[in-house]
Amino acid sequence: MKKKKFDFRAALRRSSVPLMFIIICAICIPLSGLSANMLANEIVTRMGRNAFLILSLLIPIMAGMGLNFGMTLGAMAGQIGLILASDWQIVGVPGMVLAMILSIPISVLLGLFCGKILNMAKGREMITSYIMSFFINGVYQLVVLYMMGSVIPIKHTSIKLPRGYGIRNTVSLLNMRQKLDNLIPFSVKLPFFGEIRIPLMTFIIIALMCLVIVWFRRTKLGQDMRAVGQDMEVARDAGINVERTRIVAIVISTVLAGFGMIIYLQNMGNIATYSSHSQIGMFCIAALLVGGASVDKASIGNVFLGVILFHLMFIVAPRAGAAITGDSMIGEYFRVFVSYAVITVALVMYETNKRRAKSAEGKKLAEAQKGEG
Amino acid sequence: MNEKTVKKEKSWFGRLVENFGLPRLIITLFLVLLLILAPIVGADLPTQITNIIARFSWNGVLVLAMVPMVHSGCGLNFGLPLGIISGLLGATLSIEFGFTGALSFVMAILIATPFALVFGSGYGWLLNKIKGGEMMIATYVGFSSVSLMCMMWLILPYKSPNMVWGMAGKGLRTTISLEGYYDKVLANFLKIKIGNFEIPTGTILFFALLALAMWAFLHTKTGTAMTAVGSNPTFARAAGINVDRIRLLSVVMSTWLAAVGILVYEQGFGFVQLYMAPFYMALPAVSAILIGGASVNKASIVNVVVGTILFQGIVTMTPTVMNNMIHMDMSEIIRIIASNGMILYALTRKTEGSK
Repeated sequence: MKKKKFDFRAALRRSSVPLMFIIICAICIPLSGLSANMLANEIVTRMGRNAFLILSLLIPIMAGMGLNFGMTLGAMAGQIGLILASDWQIVGVPGMVLAMILSIPISVLLGLFCGKILNMAKGREMITSYIMSFFINGVYQLVVLYMMGSVIPIKHTSIKLPRGYGIRNTVSLLNMRQKLDNLIPFSVKLPFFGEIRIPLMTFIIIALMCLVIVWFRRTKLGQDMRAVGQDMEVARDAGINVERTRIVAIVISTVLAGFGMIIYLQNMGNIATYSSHSQIGMFCIAALLVGGASVDKASIGNVFLGVILFHLMFIVAPRAGAAITGDSMIGEYFRVFVSYAVITVALVMYETNKRRAKSAEGKKLAEAQKGEG
Repeated sequence: MNEKTVKKEKSWFGRLVENFGLPRLIITLFLVLLLILAPIVGADLPTQITNIIARFSWNGVLVLAMVPMVHSGCGLNFGLPLGIISGLLGATLSIEFGFTGALSFVMAILIATPFALVFGSGYGWLLNKIKGGEMMIATYVGFSSVSLMCMMWLILPYKSPNMVWGMAGKGLRTTISLEGYYDKVLANFLKIKIGNFEIPTGTILFFALLALAMWAFLHTKTGTAMTAVGSNPTFARAAGINVDRIRLLSVVMSTWLAAVGILVYEQGFGFVQLYMAPFYMALPAVSAILIGGASVNKASIVNVVVGTILFQGIVTMTPTVMNNMIHMDMSEIIRIIASNGMILYALTRKTEGSK
């Protein structure tokens, strides 16, 4: 009806989430009383910590499978790799590489399973991958809490529960802590921000990953994925094996999420065995959406903008909340609320846009398909 | 389903699997196995059965809340926490206003009702805008509302000394005891007690009343229209049914039932749980109704009853039996795998058409 107004409104809607975040941050930063130097350092650290994980979400979006809540699967695989590597006392960067290698077969298996299930639930991939993350979490707990130490040999008592099997609540990664980040010590001095330490090696890896994703989009497989993402039926007619392409997208995403989790945890310095992975999917997805991505479209730029804005909010919200209300818990709850609200808004926008796009031709189709529902 | 089995001449087992669904069969057999094992490993069977019945009575209404939305084609109500929050508002306000005993329960329901209607209408309006993507958005509507209320529980000016933190004098506690209010108010009504065996008659009657009302509603003109909207919206529209209005009605009903459901749960449990407690409450209810034989677009009262008994049976039996048998509490993991596995199974069924 209002075709002229459409584009402007759509553009505004697309950038409304980042704009909202810029406003929130602009209000919260002065209230939090944190120095520019500290904020900049925190943001740089968190970018190194999270960017790789968020990059792992891009490929399923390209393949039209929406936000991959199943990235948690990869995170679990990464954690298993790290637990084993730290039990074998392989330290530093070699330990991380070993953990990555160990995570690959687990990630691939989980990815294959997840992809198969998602192919059976076309059209509701997101809710399915979301439930999938809970389901596999159960399996993960079964493995880590009961099988490690009894079936899978675990030597060191520092990571094993006193009862003889199962992994402790926290596994220390002291020998790996920030080994990758500090592999090449580097810091810059900026006029306003002061000295900022930069985890150069991590950034190099992230940059390489970005290049790989750009390159991947141009490969045959990447093109196939985009075709599948646009229209499954057309892609099938064009001779693309839709099912296989979708599974490959999920497998790649899961493997990358595993790597990302290892990078994330080496920065944190310890694994919360039973909770590190459970929130990670939600935070990564929220960050990506804050960066202006939508369910069917996300770019590398969204990833970085998202990390900066989302984590800026994350750092300043509790302090700002405490300053306004005198209760730090309010800020804590506020940032959790914002994370969920952002995902909700993004999902609603995606669905309404999808319906709007469909409605024109849908009317014709509905007439033709009446009775089929 | 019956015609299907007649056509395909399969072995009785094959037919059973087809009718009942393999995961459902496994879960039923597992529960039967637990019931057989319980006396052998030394658990007291009457106590166990009492527990199952008690937990069934707590959770029944929450599971019943799934029915209207499944019927109208809105899918499984993962946004149950929104209704639960209305119930919690009713509960806390009823206590705040100083009602005690059975009256506080009645008042909690009365106070929760307007909240449920308002929240439910907003939620229903939103779900009408995004037909086809209901379940994912419902999940996140639930999450956002729970985390928003986390702030509200701290900010809202509650004063009752039984509910706020003792030291600060403000902000609600995470758990509020219902002693002196409506603790076991339904359960103790006409309670039957034989040795270790107890039946909370009042709670079950209350559930039966609501279930009967739901059954009766589904057979009224509006109820039939709801089923029609769920099974074929295009046809329903052609028949002159206002699809959006019916869907909205189903969402409001579901939200209200969730509000009442949490109050029934609390009266059995004896505590009001605030903050993050309602967060994952949708999942047990969703898997319970699915275990009972419902699918994403089909659910009956029988599904609710059977599903709640099976699900709560497993939840209560596994810890005791497992502990007595192998001194290893794997019940949590079994619960996670069984309930989420069931939801996954239902989501991957191809029987229901996409809209």
